[in-house]
Amino acid sequence: MSNNKVITANELTKTFGDFVAVDHISFEVEKGEIFGFLGANGAGKTTAMRMLCGLSMPTSGKATVAGLDVYTENEKIKRSIGYMSQKFSLYDDLTVKENMQFYGGIYGKKDAFIKSKTASILQELHLEKEANVLVKSLPLGWKQKLAFSVAVFHEPEIVFLDEPTGGVDPVTRREFWNMIYQASANGITVFVTTHYMDEAEYCNRVSIMVDGRIEALDAPAQLKQQYHAASMDDVFLKLARKAVRAAD
Amino acid sequence: MPAVTVEHIIKTYGKKKEVLALNDLSFDVAPGELFGIIGPDGAGKTSLFRILTTLLLADSGKATVDGFDVVQSYKEIRKRVGYMPGRFSLYTDLSVEENLNFFATIFNTSIKENYDLVKEIYVQIEPFKDRKAGKLSGGMKQKLALCCALIHRPSVLFLDEPTTGVDAVSRKEFWEMLKGLRQQGITILVSTPYMDEARLCDRVALIQNGAILSINTPAGVVDEFSYPLWAVQSPAMLPLLNELKALPFVKDAYPFGAYHHVVLNNAAAENQLHQWVQQFAVTNVQAKKITADIEDCFIALMKN
Amino acid sequence: MFILLGMPVVQIVIFGFALTNEVKNAHIAILDASKDAATASLITELNASRYFDVERYCTDYKQIDDEFKKGTIKLAVIFPAHFDEDLQHFNTAQVQLIADASDPNVANTLTSYASAIIIDFQNRITENKKLPYTINTQLRMLYNPQLKGAFNFVPGVMAMVLLLVCTMMTAITIVKEKEMGTMEIMLVSPMRPQIVVLAKAVPYLLLSIINIITILLLSVYVLDVPINGSVVLLMLESILFTLVSLSLGLLISAGVASQQAAMFISLIALFLPTIMLSGFMFPIENMPLPLRVVSHIVPARWYYTIVKSVMIKGLGIQAILKETLILAGMMLFFLTMAVKRFKIRLA
Repeated sequence: MSNNKVITANELTKTFGDFVAVDHISFEVEKGEIFGFLGANGAGKTTAMRMLCGLSMPTSGKATVAGLDVYTENEKIKRSIGYMSQKFSLYDDLTVKENMQFYGGIYGKKDAFIKSKTASILQELHLEKEANVLVKSLPLGWKQKLAFSVAVFHEPEIVFLDEPTGGVDPVTRREFWNMIYQASANGITVFVTTHYMDEAEYCNRVSIMVDGRIEALDAPAQLKQQYHAASMDDVFLKLARKAVRAAD
Repeated sequence: MPAVTVEHIIKTYGKKKEVLALNDLSFDVAPGELFGIIGPDGAGKTSLFRILTTLLLADSGKATVDGFDVVQSYKEIRKRVGYMPGRFSLYTDLSVEENLNFFATIFNTSIKENYDLVKEIYVQIEPFKDRKAGKLSGGMKQKLALCCALIHRPSVLFLDEPTTGVDAVSRKEFWEMLKGLRQQGITILVSTPYMDEARLCDRVALIQNGAILSINTPAGVVDEFSYPLWAVQSPAMLPLLNELKALPFVKDAYPFGAYHHVVLNNAAAENQLHQWVQQFAVTNVQAKKITADIEDCFIALMKN
Repeated sequence: MFILLGMPVVQIVIFGFALTNEVKNAHIAILDASKDAATASLITELNASRYFDVERYCTDYKQIDDEFKKGTIKLAVIFPAHFDEDLQHFNTAQVQLIADASDPNVANTLTSYASAIIIDFQNRITENKKLPYTINTQLRMLYNPQLKGAFNFVPGVMAMVLLLVCTMMTAITIVKEKEMGTMEIMLVSPMRPQIVVLAKAVPYLLLSIINIITILLLSVYVLDVPINGSVVLLMLESILFTLVSLSLGLLISAGVASQQAAMFISLIALFLPTIMLSGFMFPIENMPLPLRVVSHIVPARWYYTIVKSVMIKGLGIQAILKETLILAGMMLFFLTMAVKRFKIRLA
């Protein structure tokens, strides 16, 4: 295993009873890569992501995240990754600052680190004035950007983003992706799911899951060429329409 | 007579009315129209739908549905509208068929009576009619909810973000169904945060922060976009964007799928851009003139 | 927050000081057929003790019986004629204690207090005499001669079960509809919202009736608690109480937004007061004034009295008219409030 591979999955499988949710998937993600993880509802994205985050034990196959084994070192994995989803992100009834302190504390960061990091994030997001404002009173777009900053607060090797931009306005959505690019430039690997197909184009590489298997995996340009499609939207539709199993 | 009229609707939340959800909204929807309310979360879409379905009272302003006032004649409206709220709201412990039967009964009708209306949608979920609604997949739940909202043959159908969180394939299918319903003469108001769905509507209202940015047909919205728009591509997209943004004749530049969209100040700037691209032709920068998308319009309207 | 921090304090105070099994100032009646020096001084002693307050002086058994039925007295002390004479001439006399044993604990405590006072009196007057006086105390446990605990807890359990099933379950199921979003669709339908809510309550009414029947069958055939009064009356009163509980459940559901809150309110605001203030666990008479006042608004208090009166004492409607009217009034009040507060819109 090369040091550059931040995530490796080899024949990773998860079954629930006789239902194969994730069916022998294999892929590798490199350090600093923005990896798009697409698939229709029920294709097995969430299950696969949970296994990689150390939240769910695979049935068979191998996988390492940040060089750690998902079977035996899942607690360590949790320390070296960040996670953000559309649903769960921040505590509404804590202030912006308190949220950052809280997450910094959870990951066992030192007070000095928390202090300087909080200041730099507030400056980056132009939220200095809102530092002591309750998160629930922020507009959704700001919340999502803040949530991302919190997810990478402890400087993880990898950040998992589960539909981070759902329902966000087009301008903020772009600002959000700008943050993703920056994180990636700083060496953080980004593993992201989305329903916006234009966002798939922003990824370095994209995998498309159909019926628990990875049906396609390549850079967006190559995928479009391979499937003779004008956009990622078309690629996705061509692949996802092949799905036979009922979603979820 | 319009199917829906909205006049100067204002809605605030909070003890001190500090949260302005809808800021003086006015528009009409013609009978049989497929009308889209397009805007991000928090734009006020759900508040608007709840006011029109008589679930909320506006602070001020007037609204009618099917000619009835949403405040005084709320009982009449409740008899004749179909409503599908944003989150799944059927009985998860009843089966598919039981849910449909239940909602038919509540609206004093039967599945048989209006079966022709829901038939095309229902056949897709019929194989699972004995399954509990809670065990359905996202796309199928959506279809069942639509059937339940249609079972009494409503004159106006309100769909609040029916495609949020649904994958691209299911979204396409859902819009196909809406097209079918429109042919049956049902007025449909649908809200969505997905800009690409706007072009599937007859007319759209783009809303942001409780105010309408623009109301027009999708083509009309695009026509309102008065600046030249170009799509630019290169193998190194991130540095390209920064360079584009720095150009004096560029009004705005932002990523858009595989390209960066570049809004130019005026027609004269097109030549300048062309020359600029020529300089970098070696590094494989490509540019082409394109027509704006609803999303381009939304971005422009937001930044105004 | 206040609830979480305040609850233990309130509970400790209530349990520690206000609620006590000790009986104080119990109302008693005296039937003194003798009216002599000995009875007079014994009565004075009874009255002087902190345990008893002489409420009535009766002239015959009929009156005593009436007082028991009305529930005004817990204990009656009966001195037969010639009490002092018997004592002087035969060195022995009779006194009869009749206790309301529908609450066996209280009856036990009261009779032992009274006996102690009588023995005390007997010892005191014996002091200077060569021959000891003996006052024979004869006990009679009214309604529940065997002093069975079941006589007390069956009515209490009925009140609790009905309250639990009706109030909490109704509140929770209705609030669940709100949480799931189905209420939103219900509101946007021609169905009158009040109908939706009442329809939710009906199954629990039926369930409660089954519960009542089960409890009564069990108490009669397994626990040997007789139903001395009219079964029909008992059922009707129980249904009335069920309706009160249902209305309360509806009222709660109209005010809260989450199942958790509905549960919390049902438990804190209803269940605890029912246990503590209905008279089932702790005699109301002994509570400090504020708690006694509060106990008046606890529906279970009235229902508990009704069940004891009908089931144990075998009384008819006229004896429990007041309680019935209070319950009916409560039901109307809660129901009107619930229907009024039920929103035809979301906010």
